[in-house]
Amino acid sequence: MIRWLLLALGGIVLGGIVHLATIMILPRTATQDAYSRLARSVPVNTVTPVPTPTPRSAPMPFMDPAFASAVCRYDLTQGPLKLSVPVSPAYTSVSFYTRYDVAYYAINDRAAGRRVIELELMTPDQHSQMPEDEDITAADRLIVESPTLTGLITIRALAPEPGLMPTAQRAVAAAKCTQVEMPKDSQIISGPKRGFARAPSSSPAPDSAPRAPASG
Amino acid sequence: MRLLLGSLFALVVAAVVGLGSTYLALSRGATFAPLAIGAWTAWPKTGTVDADPYAQASIARLGRLPTALGDGVSFTASADDKGRPFDGRCDVTLTGVTPAARFWTLTLYAPDGELAPNAVNRYGFTSQEIVRRADGSFEIVVAPRASPGNWLPTGGIERYILVLRLYDTAVGVATKAGREVPMPSIAVGSCP
Repeated sequence: MIRWLLLALGGIVLGGIVHLATIMILPRTATQDAYSRLARSVPVNTVTPVPTPTPRSAPMPFMDPAFASAVCRYDLTQGPLKLSVPVSPAYTSVSFYTRYDVAYYAINDRAAGRRVIELELMTPDQHSQMPEDEDITAADRLIVESPTLTGLITIRALAPEPGLMPTAQRAVAAAKCTQVEMPKDSQIISGPKRGFARAPSSSPAPDSAPRAPASG
Repeated sequence: MRLLLGSLFALVVAAVVGLGSTYLALSRGATFAPLAIGAWTAWPKTGTVDADPYAQASIARLGRLPTALGDGVSFTASADDKGRPFDGRCDVTLTGVTPAARFWTLTLYAPDGELAPNAVNRYGFTSQEIVRRADGSFEIVVAPRASPGNWLPTGGIERYILVLRLYDTAVGVATKAGREVPMPSIAVGSCP
């Protein structure tokens, strides 16, 4: 009897470990999460409008039907991304999600304080490889660091009344997310640092210096 | 033989306990640090990088994108102030005011996050559409049949969830339930 009780106790302890492990692994293995759903229909590094939800079809559950929205599914392996979002009359927001749907940054039109929200998205590696002088001259540049190489940006504009939905849809459709071109001008000082436009894992110093003058 | 049977027993117990508790935790949406005000509950931390593993798992399982904290906060309610669950065949009344926010939206969802079909294609209200009283408070009637004033149709579905999203608001991780965050009160009224 005691033997079975001990076995049951051991089973419960092991069950606790199973519980924690499944909770931790689930976001990594889910195939129906928002990113995986959108990855099937949305091209990479461009802004794609997302239809407003209806009872019959919705791209994701729990979407706010009062908003016009668009997504940019990004991949930073080829270099940083530039995002520009024209502000709609009512309320516009830009939210950033990692590959595992964790929201890590969001900004709205008032916080941006301009007619167009302009942002640059890069990995921490790409950010640290940015030439310092460039960083200083563009002090008003808004740089967002992505914790993962891929992820989602959602651009949303509120239609306070149903009649204003077309205006909101036009505003999000005019948003742009574009891959930053590899800088071609070759300054000797910042030359070796220019490797940020390619994969951060490759060593940028030896191969970017000879290639930069050749291409530019 | 006894060893084999014993370890098999322990493994079965482990699987039942482990997977069962995971299933329960995710289907109940149990996450830490809720901000509960009346019948409304929000998890502001879920919209940040500090989202706990339970929140991340439930987000991945549902396939939704959480409201980022820099964008807004979403409060959900599935029962009234007295704990009676919403029934789409009953009249439910929301009265009061919302915390300060630039905009808010109220949306009615089926429990799985789909919108509830109804004859007038109305799934919610924005703060600009609401008819208010002179003191700024409002009353919204969530009911299957048309009613005067702010009527939100249920479409007659049995169970539903109300989501109140505050956009560009000071309500966040540091907010404590109190007088500065007044949420509308909810009362289930007459049922046919």
